[in-house]
Amino acid sequence: MSRLAALIARETTLAWGRGGGPLVALGFYACVATFLPLAIGPQHDRLAAIASGAAWVGLALASLLSLERMFERDYEDGALDLLLLSPVPLELTCLVKCVGQWLAAGAPLALGAPVAAIALGASPALTPLIFACALLGGVAFAFVGGIGAALSLGARRGGLLTAVIVLPLFVPPVIFGGGALANFAGGLPWAGGFAFLGAYAAAAVAFGPLAMAAACRNALS
Amino acid sequence: MSWAPAFLSNPDRFMAFSRWAAPMFGLIALALAAVGLYLGFTAPEDYQQGQTVRIMFIHVPAAQISMFAYVCLGVASFLALIFRHTLADCAAQAAAPLGAAFTFLALVTGSLWGRPMWGTWWEWDGRLTSVLVMFLLYIAYMALRASMDDEAKAARAAAILALVGSINLPIIHFSVEWWNSIHQGSSLFRKGGAAMPPVFWVPLLLMALAYMSAFGSLWLVRIRGEVWRRRADAAALRVARG
Repeated sequence: MSRLAALIARETTLAWGRGGGPLVALGFYACVATFLPLAIGPQHDRLAAIASGAAWVGLALASLLSLERMFERDYEDGALDLLLLSPVPLELTCLVKCVGQWLAAGAPLALGAPVAAIALGASPALTPLIFACALLGGVAFAFVGGIGAALSLGARRGGLLTAVIVLPLFVPPVIFGGGALANFAGGLPWAGGFAFLGAYAAAAVAFGPLAMAAACRNALS
Repeated sequence: MSWAPAFLSNPDRFMAFSRWAAPMFGLIALALAAVGLYLGFTAPEDYQQGQTVRIMFIHVPAAQISMFAYVCLGVASFLALIFRHTLADCAAQAAAPLGAAFTFLALVTGSLWGRPMWGTWWEWDGRLTSVLVMFLLYIAYMALRASMDDEAKAARAAAILALVGSINLPIIHFSVEWWNSIHQGSSLFRKGGAAMPPVFWVPLLLMALAYMSAFGSLWLVRIRGEVWRRRADAAALRVARG
């Protein structure tokens, strides 16, 4: 158990500290949210119609940014070999890495999501739901994104490749979360989309580490 | 893989089998497509869709094969990953560009059909979007495979991705029910028989079989090419080592 605790401490510290921690993702998110009115025009009603969806898409894109750091450094400096040799199963290590990724990117972005949505003109009543969606969606993004990060270990142009691999898999959470937000804004029942988002996140937590560990073993073989 | 027939597990037997099977499936595809297209173009106009109903004979089988090819890719990847079977890996590698091509054909013909029928080139409904996502998954598979120098590692990583992506298939299948859409459900296979007269479903069935044969033929040809390429690489290595 102490091994696991040490691993959790290590991954969380690294995820927070490495390369600016959550600042990079938050900065990127702020840029995307700023670009939108610049590209679409500052008319309030037009922006308000797409505010929650735009905030949600920006969140998915911003959670791509720090994926590359998840395994790449450990792979390059040999730490991943040691983690593979440790008595902690590699699947559990990958799960801890994803939790670290979520704490360092998903959770801070979830705090930023309502700010971005309201700045774009969404109703402040949306705040609790978009925060909950971002927290839950962040879990899905971290665990599915980890698969892409692990698969592109040792590939040329790893960062871009990770995005190409991961974005198609982000489609269901983006649809479910976006559906829940749009329905809430329109006064329609939104619990279904939110429940589907939770189901997808739960499935990602259950199956993602298996795929990540297989991919890491393959990269290290 | 003692349970598999020898012509699928033994590369030499496979090469002997596919040598006549590939052209045979190709000829069957040509014959079926000739009859299917003739019947399709002589069929009467649909009372609602007019001439554009004929796009169905090109579009629907392409969409079916695009999904079938992903099933083939998933099964081959599974066998390659679990049993480390080289021929299965060749099959997976060969299936991906074919599947991408059929998916692209389905998307393009669907778009051409959507313009006169729905009044739009593209509609963001569940099924269209899922097929587009499947196309992106094919692209991701090929990109991952192409960006690794070590072929064995690339093969296994791509197989893992193919299996992860196959969770997308059920979503495609049930997307019509999940997201209420203007895209109609399947008219061919449903309770109480086909929902169209024989003059339409006979050519459609022939075209579906023709596409299936064409896919089989092209797949076998591509696997043969992959086997030859690997043999050539191995021979070159042997020569280089002296």
